[in-house]
Amino acid sequence: MKVLVPIKRAVDYNVRVRVKNDGSGVELNGVKMSVNPFDEIANEEALRLKEKGVVTEVVVATIGVAKAEDQLRSELARGADRAIHVVADQDIQPLQAARILKKLVEDEGIDLVLMGKQAIDDDANQTGQMLATLLGWPQATFASKVEIEGQTARVDREIDAGIETLEVDLPAVITADLRLNEPRFIKLPDIMKAKRKPLDKRELGDFDIDVPTLEVTETRPPSGREPGRMVKDVDELIATLKDKGLV
Amino acid sequence: MSEERDVMEFDLLVVGAGPAGLSCAIHAKQLNPELNVCVLEKGATVGSHILAGAVIEPGPLEELLPNWKDNAPEVCVPVSRDEIRMMSAQGSFKFPIVPPQMNNHGNYIVSLSSLTQKMAEAAEELGVEIYPGFPARMPLYNEAGEVIGVRTGDMGVDKDGNPKDGYTPGMDLHAKLTVFAEGARGSCSKQLVAKYGLDAQADPQTYGIGIKELWQLPPGRTEPGLVMHTMGWPLDNKTYGGSFVYHLEDDKLAIGFVVGLDYEDPHLEPFEKFQEFKNHPHIKPLLEGGEIVSYGARAIVEGGWQSLPKMEMPGAALIGCGAGTLNVPKIKGVHQAIRSGMEIAKQFHEKASAEGFDARVREGAIGAELKRVRNIRPSFHWGMWVGLMISGLETLFAGLLPYTLRNRADHSALKKVSTHKPLTPGNRDLPPRDRLSAVYFAATEHDEDQPVHLRVEDTNICVTRCAEEYDNPCTRFCPAKVYEMVEVDGAKQLQINAANCVHCKTCDIKDPYQIINWVTPEGGSGPNYQLM
Repeated sequence: MKVLVPIKRAVDYNVRVRVKNDGSGVELNGVKMSVNPFDEIANEEALRLKEKGVVTEVVVATIGVAKAEDQLRSELARGADRAIHVVADQDIQPLQAARILKKLVEDEGIDLVLMGKQAIDDDANQTGQMLATLLGWPQATFASKVEIEGQTARVDREIDAGIETLEVDLPAVITADLRLNEPRFIKLPDIMKAKRKPLDKRELGDFDIDVPTLEVTETRPPSGREPGRMVKDVDELIATLKDKGLV
Repeated sequence: MSEERDVMEFDLLVVGAGPAGLSCAIHAKQLNPELNVCVLEKGATVGSHILAGAVIEPGPLEELLPNWKDNAPEVCVPVSRDEIRMMSAQGSFKFPIVPPQMNNHGNYIVSLSSLTQKMAEAAEELGVEIYPGFPARMPLYNEAGEVIGVRTGDMGVDKDGNPKDGYTPGMDLHAKLTVFAEGARGSCSKQLVAKYGLDAQADPQTYGIGIKELWQLPPGRTEPGLVMHTMGWPLDNKTYGGSFVYHLEDDKLAIGFVVGLDYEDPHLEPFEKFQEFKNHPHIKPLLEGGEIVSYGARAIVEGGWQSLPKMEMPGAALIGCGAGTLNVPKIKGVHQAIRSGMEIAKQFHEKASAEGFDARVREGAIGAELKRVRNIRPSFHWGMWVGLMISGLETLFAGLLPYTLRNRADHSALKKVSTHKPLTPGNRDLPPRDRLSAVYFAATEHDEDQPVHLRVEDTNICVTRCAEEYDNPCTRFCPAKVYEMVEVDGAKQLQINAANCVHCKTCDIKDPYQIINWVTPEGGSGPNYQLM
């Protein structure tokens, strides 16, 4: 079974994101970029399936700037077999990404797509779902447990009421939630080996992404919080709350 | 945990991807492209633990990478004007002339964090292997007592020292020569200095703490290229230190404050002094209405010529701020660090060992520069005015006067709490409100479930002797509020918030009993500096 793990280069989760002065977007200059954490989890799951003998090959792919190769190398070092880099300097929106991934799935003869449920930069949570629809495959999103038996995947999802278990026929698209697994540490010799693993570059022009796109009209930071005030005792607290008409 | 560890062999192993370490790796490959060169870096990425002012003298960088400006760091502004001010609580006096050491004509204001990223790219193009996220945990020795490499830190150990699910033991890296470029007060360098007695012929090393913020200001307030330094208020005359205010492009401003760690007053809080300074009537209008982009702190090596340890030992060498090559009167260390990196690369190329490196540094450009200014920093032990006078004389005579002032260890300078009145907090209302809200802008991160990397040998001292004698100065000198005295069941005890640590090493230096030992946390932990 061949698995495709699409990953995205995103602002690192530790970074305090700042909106550019002119409101045209988020400041990326000098900002640490990493693999979207949910994508790391997806790759880890693919690797565990490979270690169980269920999966034969793990292909990681990204659509992004030249520097996104760093993120591909990092997932190759974690253990993926090879990588595909669709080089794109422009912003790629979910539907465009889904169309590119569809073509990769077809070209590569992929049996299972394991991907992050969403990227932490735009929080769109759309690409996996769109990809499943375009492919006409079943989808199991927000997976917290994945078991594969023959041509069926059993997927647990954490929902408000507890755990929901789905059974989907393969091929399918499964998107990873936070508690699916804890990605392994990357070992130093594996980083070295990852430099020699195959990485194919593809041009954006090879793909049909000519779809209506969203336009970002404005980005602005959340408004500041009112400063807090210490009160001496409960009486003062109640008095203040009454004063403000809150109780 | 004793298990078989993987071993990798290199020709040259460099610990630390700062300007010194990267220069060493780059120059080694330039001299011999066949060499197998590896650089370890504890930060999650190259540059994430790098913090400096920084105004750099470009000469050595140009020699190393003649085309560095083609791939210039994100912050790179030619200095247009220098200004030095003496501050008082309400006013300031602008020095009519700028002393020659502090004249920055031809220099650049850069983000050193960004510059190291560019240098790392250049190094990788030459075939250097750089591994960010892998701290050198300890030096390794052979039976003959020579350094043969380092062991990297274990990953996936819980707070009690037990292996977790993803436990990955560190590995051993061996090399013909190991170069330690860990920056001021490096954790391996500290062990090496002790083991080989590298400081036997030198004065104790001395340090300062530098705290820096990067601000985004409302448009039109900055004068890109303006470099301002101040002395005096809010420090008293006995305390060495001052501020730097560098005007960058795109309405950004780098502002910071340095306090010599030989300060005597146990009540002093370097962070608070910095915040007071920002609220000075001359500075506040610049910042008001702006926002902080990044915050951080780092110890700076200040001992100079007389504190320079022996920079070589069997199988290894110390370079850059890890050794102490920074030029304090110039307030610059990057050019010296780059020189020292190139020098050890040349040494390795010619001699294949570190033997003779120490003499080479002392007799070369690095030594000459340090020797000339050796008496300036220690002259401030007698206060600012005497310091300024002696500095003037020393500058006039170019360091040729036949005497050398001695340095003493910073931790020994701290006076008992009984000798100093508590300080009254200054007025301030610019952000950040306190150290915790400041640390947020350092984007520092440590997995909470790992052993505390700030090892306090005896925490009883904290509640007994230290509480009485110094009122726990660690709770004040730490710029990240790592140390807190808390009450548990009616008894005071030390709480170490290790996850806040920004890896500045101040505690390791200033703790009066020398019982705090800073060791490397799990790889990739620590600050994530942007444009610092």
